[in-house]
Amino acid sequence: MERAVLLKNISKSYSGVKALKNVTFSLNRGEIKGLVGENGAGKSTLIKVLSGAIQMDEGEIQINGETLTHMTPKVSIDRGISVIYQEFVLAPHLSVAENIFLDRLSDGHKLGLTNNERIVSETKSLLEKIGFSDIDPLQLVGELTVAYQQIVEICKALSRNTKILVLDEPTAVLTFKEVRNLMKILRQLKNQGIAIIYISHRLNEIFEICDTVHVMKDGESVSEYSIEDVTEDKIVKDMVGRDLTTLFPDRETTIGEIILEVERLNAGRQVKNISFNVRKGEVVGFFGLVGSGRTETMKVIFGDDPKESGKLFFKNEEKNFRSSYDVVRDKIGMVPEDRKNEGILLNLSILLNTTITNLRQISKLGIINKKEEKEMALHSLTKLQTKYSDLEDSVSSLSGGNQQKVSLAKWLSSDCECLILDEPTRGVDVGAKVEIYNNINELASEGYAILMISSEMQEIINMCDRVYIMREGEIAGELTKENLKEERIMSIAMGVNNEK
Amino acid sequence: MKNKISAVNIWNNYNTYMMFILLFVICVFASPNFFSPRNLMNIGRQYAALTFVSMGMLFVIITGGIDLSVGSILALGCVMTATILTDLGWPLIPSLFAVLIIGLIVGLFSGVLVAYFNFAPFIATLATMTIARGIAFMISNGAPIQTPANTISLLDSTRIFGIPLLIVMSAIIVIIFVFLQRKTVYGRILIAIGSNEDAVRLSGIRVKRYKLLAYGISGALAAFAGAITTSRSAVGSPLVGSGLESDAIAACVIGGASLAGGMGNPFKTLIGVLILALISNIMNLLAVPSYPQDVMKGLIIIFAVLIQSTNVKYKK
Repeated sequence: MERAVLLKNISKSYSGVKALKNVTFSLNRGEIKGLVGENGAGKSTLIKVLSGAIQMDEGEIQINGETLTHMTPKVSIDRGISVIYQEFVLAPHLSVAENIFLDRLSDGHKLGLTNNERIVSETKSLLEKIGFSDIDPLQLVGELTVAYQQIVEICKALSRNTKILVLDEPTAVLTFKEVRNLMKILRQLKNQGIAIIYISHRLNEIFEICDTVHVMKDGESVSEYSIEDVTEDKIVKDMVGRDLTTLFPDRETTIGEIILEVERLNAGRQVKNISFNVRKGEVVGFFGLVGSGRTETMKVIFGDDPKESGKLFFKNEEKNFRSSYDVVRDKIGMVPEDRKNEGILLNLSILLNTTITNLRQISKLGIINKKEEKEMALHSLTKLQTKYSDLEDSVSSLSGGNQQKVSLAKWLSSDCECLILDEPTRGVDVGAKVEIYNNINELASEGYAILMISSEMQEIINMCDRVYIMREGEIAGELTKENLKEERIMSIAMGVNNEK
Repeated sequence: MKNKISAVNIWNNYNTYMMFILLFVICVFASPNFFSPRNLMNIGRQYAALTFVSMGMLFVIITGGIDLSVGSILALGCVMTATILTDLGWPLIPSLFAVLIIGLIVGLFSGVLVAYFNFAPFIATLATMTIARGIAFMISNGAPIQTPANTISLLDSTRIFGIPLLIVMSAIIVIIFVFLQRKTVYGRILIAIGSNEDAVRLSGIRVKRYKLLAYGISGALAAFAGAITTSRSAVGSPLVGSGLESDAIAACVIGGASLAGGMGNPFKTLIGVLILALISNIMNLLAVPSYPQDVMKGLIIIFAVLIQSTNVKYKK
């Protein structure tokens, strides 16, 4: 087999912190290699070295046998390397064809004007080649579904005669069916001799599509396996550096009365006939694939989106929440999924972020009592073992895990009784995950009723007392702790009918 | 390393002041007439109106908005002051209150459009700007209105321990705004809204009310600035205040406010007003004709903002 990429002994540090330590990574033509690791393991940094987005400090890069000392984005593209990032780089107001040929719009035109005919016909043939002739080259990209936008990104890569394709979490935004399609395309590309690096958190996909898998942890290559020779457990152990049992601490709680109960809630296509409840001291999980309506449901419950019908009871009292203000006043808090845009005020101080939910309690006639404010913040932050150097530092100076703790801490100061946690461990490293799990356990045992939305199967299985599984805006099933098995959850979430 | 960071910090925190001091020193040397009590107090009286308007503007800008209507509301305030004093014959203090209320209502009108009808602040206040100017013309029939002697002009002529009342009032309004921003829930939440409105809303805070009030305050202060303008000329005119919004915005930005919201400082905004004042004053003293003056002013604004934008680079 011909080697397409060799990254040899690559090291890279950012202001003293080693992001990559002596990493060696190789990839053959026609090979699909999975690249896995926790957040912060160095996957993205490695890809950036390959794409020329950053310069390595030490090491050697060989592309198709040619040794390159100085990698720049241009050199990388010229050698046939394409990276498709999680967030697409597309112009929504331009057509499919214009997006694909954005940097070559006038190629082959005598007067140097836009060569519409050529780009449309070439787009058509690209789309046909990967089996998507139903996409109109003239349609605006903004009107396409996310899955189709991804197809456009892939076409863009193919139009550049790509030999090495990197996909960063390509299925994060796709539905089950769309994932199947992507897999099909990737197999085709592989057969054409294209080398593919496939980054994903979803191990089942790695096992399905990859020939080999490369595991990274803390900026180092930990292991590499042929896919037939390895188990999921082994990979997870390599990624995490410890057994799963130690990742999820035990919890001692007594489950009490129902705190929040929702009856036949409807709101748009994503929230259909939702009924569930959560009790004092209980951690109730919400699992579902992306787009199954979990976040939308919580947004409605939290009063941020209007409901169409249905009832909501808080401590047996019917409530009609019209805004988040009403909800918070009734002692329900939410840590949103999108931390940077909805959870925290990134540029403002830790102090301000922690007390914003509860300024009334520490102010008189609208004037804030600084001393009480500080005490309140310290109390909540200490309880969650948040690590920071100064209360006045901006939240952006904290690590992801500690930012998440701040996002959680603001609810502790306002004596909430029910907490909605939407993907509470997204984008935090494994050490911080354990701490957040500990926080959740402690809160539950203090009597908080906790709703936890998560896409991480292990988290759902190991943290929750009970799990609701959503599919296409509906609750497709409910499982209690004893019945939480991965296959069972997935088959309900995907709507596969193999229940006995 | 540590020292370098603190040097950068000092520059970031104090560059507005340093620019002001530099400009002040240049002015002192450029013209012998500049550094006299008479000239300085004149500047203070001339720029009292802009100070009021800029404080209101600052709070709107902090929320991530903008208020283009301040110049027109000032004209409306100017005309209304004269009308209430002359046609209705009200005493001075109640008249001033009435003008404040009128400004508040006009400001709230923009605020409702922005907060409750999701208008872009630029569009909402652009509409209000046109409407307020139109009303000012309708009320005055397009002609200046004379005010009775010894009423509104007292505002301009009164001195407290030798200091013009307008300067004292400007100082008080700035102090109030510094207090609002540093010590109160209101100021705190405005900064938070400008920093990340969604996160504030999802923290259970009634964001709309806070935004609404910011526009209301801006309107009230602009109208009051109208009364100040009337006091200076003793005439209510619908023509005053055109282009004032750009001066107010410039003052906020020179003072380090970010038009993206979440950042701004009332005291530095005052310095911003004074920088604009010095530029204009010194060029008048040096008898620079008015058209080149505008060009100079524009260039200095660019310079000031360039200095501000170096902040962001270092902060990364």
